[in-house]
Amino acid sequence: MALGKTTELKIQTPEGVEFSLPLAGPVTRCAAWAFDLAMVVVLFQIISTVLQVLAIISGDMAMALSIGLQFVVMIGYGIFFEWLWKGQTIGKRIMKLQVIDERGMTLKLNQIVLRNLFRVVDSLPVFYLVGGLSCLLSSRAQRLGDLAAGTLVVRRKEIAEPELDELLGDEVNSFREFPRLEAQLRQRVSAEEVRLAVDAVLRRNELESKSRLSVYKEIADFFRDKVEFPEEVTHGLSDEQYVRNVVATLFERKMKI
Amino acid sequence: MILDLDAFIEKERPFWDELRALLKRQGDQPNRRMSIDEAQRFQYLYQRASSDLVKIKTFAGDVEIKNYLENLVARAYSQLHEESDRIARFSPLRWFFSTFPQTFRRHWKAFAVSFGTFLVGAGFGAGMLVNDYELKADFIPGQFGHLSGKPSERVEKEERHEFDYFQSRQTFSASLMANNIRVSYMAMVMGITYGVGTVILLFFNGTMIGAIAFDYIADGQIVFLLGWLLPHGSIELPAIFIGGQAGVVLGRAMFGWGTDLRLRQRLKLIRPDLLTLVAGASLMMVWAGIVESFLSQYHRPQLYSWKILLGSIELIALIMFLYLGGRKKWRKGRDK
Repeated sequence: MALGKTTELKIQTPEGVEFSLPLAGPVTRCAAWAFDLAMVVVLFQIISTVLQVLAIISGDMAMALSIGLQFVVMIGYGIFFEWLWKGQTIGKRIMKLQVIDERGMTLKLNQIVLRNLFRVVDSLPVFYLVGGLSCLLSSRAQRLGDLAAGTLVVRRKEIAEPELDELLGDEVNSFREFPRLEAQLRQRVSAEEVRLAVDAVLRRNELESKSRLSVYKEIADFFRDKVEFPEEVTHGLSDEQYVRNVVATLFERKMKI
Repeated sequence: MILDLDAFIEKERPFWDELRALLKRQGDQPNRRMSIDEAQRFQYLYQRASSDLVKIKTFAGDVEIKNYLENLVARAYSQLHEESDRIARFSPLRWFFSTFPQTFRRHWKAFAVSFGTFLVGAGFGAGMLVNDYELKADFIPGQFGHLSGKPSERVEKEERHEFDYFQSRQTFSASLMANNIRVSYMAMVMGITYGVGTVILLFFNGTMIGAIAFDYIADGQIVFLLGWLLPHGSIELPAIFIGGQAGVVLGRAMFGWGTDLRLRQRLKLIRPDLLTLVAGASLMMVWAGIVESFLSQYHRPQLYSWKILLGSIELIALIMFLYLGGRKKWRKGRDK
């Protein structure tokens, strides 16, 4: 297991396979916590409403239950949901965050309980200052509770399914006439390089016309070096169209996941 | 080298689908145990998907398939390497009667540190009062206003006061439980400060109890004091020490004395024990909260001896429980 630039956790399995998980920063975590806090307030409200009825019979019992239940909700909210939804609370679901074991394994109950008990320290002195600082200083964005429990909070990885069909339109991809060269292109291009090309196509309208020309030229040259398509295909093809053809080639066979 | 990616996917996809289906089934029924054949098949599929992922990463730049396989492999990896936490059946009774006392004994030195710190604090509190009685107000927090006056005056007042079993007793009991459970796990959690926070907390609690005890003893109210504190204190104070014990265990793991293991590994090793100690202490606090609310505050001179007797029995039972619970010999005898 190795660390990225504090933004992702790379896990290398004994089989030599590496996969990475993007770590959540303090801001998104804070937002998730705000949603959870709102949920806890709502639960408190429900408890107090229900107990008002009980208070008619016994005020003492209603009060005792109110104290007990509020305590249970305060401690148990995070534990219950993170156990039920394997590392997610309502706030984390909304913010697309998930608690995971620091080695990428399944979360254990003792980890979930511990990281939630540690909130008493992390929330000191106000507004999770200790936890926030720990998160900023820690190389893996861990608050003290995460450190003790051996957990990390990651952003749930979306499986990339770019809306390329619309962008690429129905224009004919002239590269298709050379399936063997297309296969070579797929083999020689790394995932990160594909990402670059896809981003260039997706964000083309955000670029100024001048820089758009130079960016596409640079990217097109880069892919030209990878595989050389015959003159008959590339003749008259603009840099931008070249890149779009490359992207179309790499995404031509969409897999339904 | 994959020359024909389409053919490769076509060939491998049934294996990926099978792995995905197995993962889904395990996800839907986390407590289900795989048969040996299933587990072997699962491992085979995981290794196959891993190897496919390596091929895709090395020889092809297909983002979608790479992401899909990464996701599949990550899930299978966590499933395959998970320790049998979810699978093992948890027995609350066995946990309480065996695991808890065993864990307590395993870390008895940490308990000694915790208890010792409290005693030093108590000695300090009492000593300071011997030196300067005016300091009493500094040692007893404002929330215990009824303890600020002269003990004998309070005793006289309490003994005249009619005890009402129903007036706010349940509320009092619930707030005691919540507060005391919080204190016990706070003592554990503060261990993350290399034990410093735990030591401070125990010392502070010690000074308070020491000052109160001295105050009552010096005023000749030792019987009242025992009758008042023993019924719940015989459980509540040890529960705080056990919370502190967990804090000391955590603090020691932070330092890493006597081991070559890395911090992460050290923490991993003690995690179940921390939780067991805190959960055990919390259960003790529930009992202590009930006793404190419904019995301890009932001050009738004719009952003092019974209250002291009950408190002593509780303490002896607790010591026996922590000393004998989960021992093989004792368990064998009981099973017979």
